[in-house]
Amino acid sequence: MSQWNDICSVADILPNSGRCALLGGDQVAIFRVAGGDGDTFYALANHDPFSGANVISRGIVGSLGERLVVASPVYKQHFCLDSGECVEDGEVKLRTWPVRVEGDRVLLAS
Amino acid sequence: MSKREIVVVGNGMVGHHFVNTLVEAATGDRITILGGEPRPAYDRVHLSDVFAGRSPEDLALATRDTYKEWGVEAVFGDPVAAIERDKKEVVTEGGRRFAYDKLVLATGSYPFVPPVPGHEHERCLTYRTIDDLGEIRAKAKDSKIGVVVGGGLLGLECANALQNLGLQTHVVEFAPGLMGVQLDDGGSAMLRRKIEELGVNVHTGKNTQRIVDGDDCALRMEFADESVLETDMIVFSAGIRPWDQLARDCELAVGERGGIVVDTKCKTSDSDIYAVGECALFGGRIFGLVAPGYRMAETAAASVAGTDGVLFQGADMSTKLKLLGVDVGSIGDAHGRTPGAMSFVFSDQRENIYKRLVTSGDGKSLLGAVLVGDCGEYDTLLQYHLNDIELPADPQALILPNVGGAPVGLGVAALPATATICSCHNVSKGDIVGVIDAGCCSLGEVKAETKASTGCGGCAAMLKNLVDDELAARGVAVDKSICEHFAFTRQDLYNIVRVENIRSFDALLDKHGKGMGCDICKPAVASILASCWNDYVLEQPHAPLQDTNDRFLANLQKDGTYSVVPRVPGGEITPDKLIALGYVAKKYDLYTKITGGQRVDLFGARMEQLPDIWGELIQAGFETGHAYGKALRTVKSCVGSTWCRYGVQDSVGMAILLEERYKGLRSPHKLKMAVSGCTRECAEAQGKDVGVIATEKGWNLYVCGNGGMKPRHADLFATDLDDETLIRYIDRFFMFYCRTADRLQRTSVWMENMEGGLEYLQQVIIEDSLGLGAELEAQMAAVIGAYQCEWKTTVEDPEKVAQFKFFVNADATDENVVFVRERKQVRPATEEERAAMSADILATAS
Ligand SMILES: Cc1cc2nc3c(=O)[nH]c(=O)nc-3n(C[C@H](O)[C@H](O)[C@H](O)COP(=O)(O)OP(=O)(O)OC[C@H]3O[C@@H](n4cnc5c(N)ncnc54)[C@H](O)[C@@H]3O)c2cc1C
Repeated sequence: MSQWNDICSVADILPNSGRCALLGGDQVAIFRVAGGDGDTFYALANHDPFSGANVISRGIVGSLGERLVVASPVYKQHFCLDSGECVEDGEVKLRTWPVRVEGDRVLLAS
Repeated sequence: MSKREIVVVGNGMVGHHFVNTLVEAATGDRITILGGEPRPAYDRVHLSDVFAGRSPEDLALATRDTYKEWGVEAVFGDPVAAIERDKKEVVTEGGRRFAYDKLVLATGSYPFVPPVPGHEHERCLTYRTIDDLGEIRAKAKDSKIGVVVGGGLLGLECANALQNLGLQTHVVEFAPGLMGVQLDDGGSAMLRRKIEELGVNVHTGKNTQRIVDGDDCALRMEFADESVLETDMIVFSAGIRPWDQLARDCELAVGERGGIVVDTKCKTSDSDIYAVGECALFGGRIFGLVAPGYRMAETAAASVAGTDGVLFQGADMSTKLKLLGVDVGSIGDAHGRTPGAMSFVFSDQRENIYKRLVTSGDGKSLLGAVLVGDCGEYDTLLQYHLNDIELPADPQALILPNVGGAPVGLGVAALPATATICSCHNVSKGDIVGVIDAGCCSLGEVKAETKASTGCGGCAAMLKNLVDDELAARGVAVDKSICEHFAFTRQDLYNIVRVENIRSFDALLDKHGKGMGCDICKPAVASILASCWNDYVLEQPHAPLQDTNDRFLANLQKDGTYSVVPRVPGGEITPDKLIALGYVAKKYDLYTKITGGQRVDLFGARMEQLPDIWGELIQAGFETGHAYGKALRTVKSCVGSTWCRYGVQDSVGMAILLEERYKGLRSPHKLKMAVSGCTRECAEAQGKDVGVIATEKGWNLYVCGNGGMKPRHADLFATDLDDETLIRYIDRFFMFYCRTADRLQRTSVWMENMEGGLEYLQQVIIEDSLGLGAELEAQMAAVIGAYQCEWKTTVEDPEKVAQFKFFVNADATDENVVFVRERKQVRPATEEERAAMSADILATAS
């Protein structure tokens, strides 16, 4: 059974960027992607397996073809926002978390 | 069948090429290299680059590991002493024996030293190897004057080297003119004029009789005409002799004046022994250039591998080179010795240009040419010559200055498929068209596939034209889009932003792009917006566009922490500010290091500490240093005339003025500057994008230098400028760069890719040929007027400061960042150290 945890307000995360949240012992990078019919939120592991640093939330958000991605700020690999898959290396995948918005609050499932 | 033993004697350029070719042919033979020099093959053709700052290691064509990977045995520094043909063995000086099935002699040649009494003196040298180069350098250290004996191609190259080493340089030539082999009298005379203008003393018609101890210098040369010349050192460059002693001793056929005789398969008189390169004599000639040597190597390799049909038929000896900065070209029958030949000559003594065409009697084919002072037509003429293309009705138009009117070049389209484009790697137009047909669609791919233009580089311009032309003919629009979201170059985007007055990424994407953008176009557009409008980079909506360095106004390190570099204009800092820096570094326990740009870098700052650190630095009077941005970094300076005994201008004052002026300028790539107070150049200004060197009368301006992976010396752009003109030129230069460069293109590459290069840039900036000067200055004034210290704006805004909190929902800090201490400062822990620490923690917990 998943439990929803209140993390922050929507305004804490700038449109088309990320912030890092602490969920239990895990660092989770939450991204806010602006769209015509409202914003969408994604949550991935903040740990970058290529550099070993906790930096994913600080990457640039964008698109590659149809896929929404974030680029690691260290060595620039791209990770899909919805699945956590690494575009450059099929073997690597970041953990993802369910995320949703209630009112102006962002919630993460644990 | 057991493996054959292939032994190659000599590991020079040609010997190496032979081995490379044979390895690629994968014949399964065992190959052994016996090299006389202590090191593997290197690029002898570019030996002189070492005097211009290239390191000898850069010249290597192979390393010991290369040969290991190829499965080739290689022995260095133990020359072969004898060939025993009856046993099919070679013996080295060290007594080692190697049996061969096929033997390849690639022993090259050695410099000829005329046997004048005194030539054994320890200050008499030659110039052929890396070791020679070291000797020349060492002797030059305590010399003021240097003489080169020999005014041929290598002699003049050597004279250039001596000049670069700061010696007063003389060239002594026995013949009446310079470069007599390649140039006719007119060309030779023009070359002399130009070289003398450059400060080299030329003595022709001099027959050296004796070398004795000098009165004022170490040596005195006495000539047959009873004149004398005193010098501190002599380099002999009076021609080369083939290294054919091994062949003589075992009675292979050699030429009357030396050289191992070979046939069209490069076989010697013993059909199991080949000779290639400068030791080989074909058709009564030695080929003293690398390209024909490579052809021989390929021929011999094909023969050893059993491939038929590759024959050596002699080679074209045309050459184009820059000697002492003077362009010289010689094609075919430069002297017009073919019976019935006609000549067309153009000579311009004001610009010191000489050109001669030698044609057949009917004026239809080009037999030869001489070019001095301007080699612009070399490629075209060579193609006429090699492919026997019929000349236009007025051949002289090919060398007459192009006053108005369109240039009379021979377009690449007109060349036959057999035309050689790259002679170093023997790549024809047909080869290039072939790889483009097979799918190569950029210059880079064509180079990688064919090796064209990766040798001496002389064909670079022609190759680029050909590739562009072929791609255009196939309707391939050369795609220069910066990424999938914008079908535009950076330059296009810059113009769009300016012309349409676009102020945000979203507005640009809406009108001209597609998708969401990415980590390529977002920072690039953010930089363009900043170059144009210079808004605060963390303002919405710009903040999410920035690379993490710009986003957090600090430099991301590998462990996710940042480094902080406050601006120290001109490298001048008060003791109080230095104390303040030390105080902040100590308080936050930051690893502290002095940078090459004369400032201080503070490492190990956690994201959430940055606003506090900067609050204190700003209190102490510091401003942001933009070390994180593609922006002006530093203006380095020496102490200048204020303190220095040699300084002629106040370099520190000028550096501060420039740094204050251009700080915060965002550009396609980082920008570095320096100001030196005299020609001793202690600030290393010639390694910067913009360098300024003081003169008695003002300032010399240098542009487009850089250090780093591919160092490049800056080019002298304008001389003896007053302060105002200097600043005007730099304003224009920087703005023109911001406007026209590609994303992440340093100024050096930007200029090298510009058609017309330095000269074009001088026209635009100095002569204002595009009429852009006033506009560029106004745009720079706007950027300067809009400057703000980004960190000051940031720390004053609580909402911006909140973005630096590591966790949006907690006050904790990133536990993954672990430091240990080394030499009394922090550094990131290594993997092993981390593992050991967590083991400790587990141990104490249980
Ligand atoms: C300063 C300079 C500038 C030049 N510029 C140009 C240029 O611009 N364009 C151009 O085309 N050419 C140029 N050349 C000429 C070019 O370098 C030569 O044509 C080319 O190097 C010939 O290659 P090679 O392998 O035949 O001889 P080398 O490169 O001389 O190699 C022969 C090797 O064999 C070794 N050797 C000799 N005897 C023995 C032995 N008994 N046992 C073992 N090893 C032995 C030698 O030590 C040497 O290492 C230049 C040469 C010099 C010196």
